Amino acid sequence: MLFLGILQSIKMAFKSIRSNKLRSVLTMLGIIIGVSSVIILVSIAQGSSKNITSQINQLGKNLLTVNTYSTDLELTDDTISQLGKLSGVKAVSPIVSGRVNVRKDRTTSQVSVIGTNASYSDVRDTKVSRGRFITDLDIEYRQKIAVLGSETAETFFGVNNPVGEYIQLNGNSYKVVGVLASKGSSLGQSGDNVVIVPLSTGQLLAGSTSISTVYLQGKSESQMNFVMNEVKMKLAALFPGKSNDYGVTNQQDVMDTMSSVTNTMTMLLGGIASISLLVGGIGIMNIMLVSVSERTKEIGIRKAIGAKRKDILLQFLIESVVLSAMGGMIGILLGLGCGKMVSTFMNMSISFSAPVILYSFLFSLIVGVVFGVFPANKASKLNPIQALRSGA
Amino acid sequence: MDKPIIQINNMSKTYQLGGETVHALNNVSLEINKGEFLAIIGPSGSGKSTLMNMLGCLDHPDQGSYLLDGKEIGKMTDNQLAAIRNQKIGFIFQNFNLLSKLTALENVELPLIYAGASAGERHKRAMDSLNKVGLKERAGHLPAQLSGGQQQRVAIARALAGQPAILLADEPTGALDSKTSKEILKLMQQLNELGHTIILITHDLEIAKQAKRMVSIQDGELQENGGALLGDFAIY
Ligand SMILES: Nc1ncnc2c1ncn2[C@@H]1O[C@H](COP(=O)(O)OP(=O)(O)OP(=O)(O)O)[C@@H](O)[C@H]1O
Ligand SMILES: [Mg+2]
Repeated sequence: MLFLGILQSIKMAFKSIRSNKLRSVLTMLGIIIGVSSVIILVSIAQGSSKNITSQINQLGKNLLTVNTYSTDLELTDDTISQLGKLSGVKAVSPIVSGRVNVRKDRTTSQVSVIGTNASYSDVRDTKVSRGRFITDLDIEYRQKIAVLGSETAETFFGVNNPVGEYIQLNGNSYKVVGVLASKGSSLGQSGDNVVIVPLSTGQLLAGSTSISTVYLQGKSESQMNFVMNEVKMKLAALFPGKSNDYGVTNQQDVMDTMSSVTNTMTMLLGGIASISLLVGGIGIMNIMLVSVSERTKEIGIRKAIGAKRKDILLQFLIESVVLSAMGGMIGILLGLGCGKMVSTFMNMSISFSAPVILYSFLFSLIVGVVFGVFPANKASKLNPIQALRSGA
Repeated sequence: MDKPIIQINNMSKTYQLGGETVHALNNVSLEINKGEFLAIIGPSGSGKSTLMNMLGCLDHPDQGSYLLDGKEIGKMTDNQLAAIRNQKIGFIFQNFNLLSKLTALENVELPLIYAGASAGERHKRAMDSLNKVGLKERAGHLPAQLSGGQQQRVAIARALAGQPAILLADEPTGALDSKTSKEILKLMQQLNELGHTIILITHDLEIAKQAKRMVSIQDGELQENGGALLGDFAIY
């Protein structure tokens, strides 16, 4: 019987909403704007957060970086191979870096150069799109070969295939053996304008054998903290008392910092949008109060012919919930539509998530209940005699 | 004859109007038997509607007792009173009081909804009721599409739908012309002949005379048969 009553109330609610279309739409507008702005803003925030995460991941998975800040402290081949033998470390890639003058025919340009080993390709997630990467044999024989970043390749060779061609690095001729796949710029660094040479050759080019950076790849994401400690302990043992001269950074730390920033941003945007949902709820309450006083007579009639308090309460409560639910549904559609438009026309990455859509809908329902209770209660408490006497 | 369906003993109701005490009902006692057609007549402000609210279980008296069908009404909660109104009483108002957004049929179904009847039963009983007042064909019309007399017939059908023991009519013809008034009165007489107990409230002696029994009320005091007061009412 209660179920029947609710069905009946929902029907009556739709009837009264339909009989006052303009007002109902205006009432729902608050909820519509609230729900859709929650969806749009949170999707934009989550989209950019995803974007940043993938950019950081592009730098290499499970990446640890060891840097030296002092010339007293040298990372020798021996140190590096000891780091490579640690249980959690999968691969090691030492680098020397600097800038060189690159020339091909009449084109010249300053380009950053990296001297490294074969593991670099895995450790930094840098794949070749053409030719091959550096091999350990190249290092051993101090081969004058180079792998070009995609942008560098384009600068010097245009659309031609550079593999097998020669370029001048600081006046010496190097054979191009490969071209890197484009990574795009990540976090402001262009990874595409670069020349990669074998470590030994790089040391010649830079005029120095000192290695200031070593990249380490951990075996699994879950072990990164353990690997970090392992590396720190090893370095502490190798260079006692010099802990200020080197540093170890974890890719994960950077990621955590970034994601805490983007989470804050998401919460902030979601929170601001939720306020408009609340304002929408107040709009519903306002209209429901008007509706109660307009329908005093109706309430009196219903009570006279046997409606109990709970019947009237339910009727008005369901009406406000139906209003807010309809507003919520329209808001979801509008939010999805506008989100799509923002992502296509403004070239923003956007990420819709089902929980956010669900929560904002539930929130709009709750708003309907919370702000509907007061007017509904007011209606249910009306004295039938007074209500019948009222002129309306 | 079995026990009276309505037994009112020494009922009083006062209102405070700006420091002045109005005795809307003053020590009223009244018994109504099943199947009666009773008219309550009195001038404006005499307490007719107040009495009707008491009879209709819409209000609590200040003093006195009210037995409806042998049950004491005074001690009931609002919810119990709502149920009593729903099952035992059919209201017919001066200005019809139909819900303007509902069709005639939906209006007649309303008391059955609150009684918890199933959709099928509601429809059947509401159609039966409309048939009794001769408006079966107008079931789908909105009140605004019906004449005053037809609206009052729908209101009567609504009052009949729950098959209540008593029909309470407060100035049912007050908003109707004399020809339509006669039709409505005729309908009420027919319903009385079918066994319905009818209480008709009016300030019009001509209408009151149509009832089988008449009581008059003035300044909250009730008198059987109008008595000496009857002459005064001729002017209303
Ligand atoms: N809610 C109220 N508050 C204050 N006074 C009231 C109230 N209801 C009725 N009264 C007073 O009680 C008296 C009787 O009122 P009631 O409505 O019963 O008269 P009535 O006989 O129905 O009159 P009418 O023929 O005009 O409808 C009047 O003096 C009225 O002013
Ligand atoms: Mg009256």
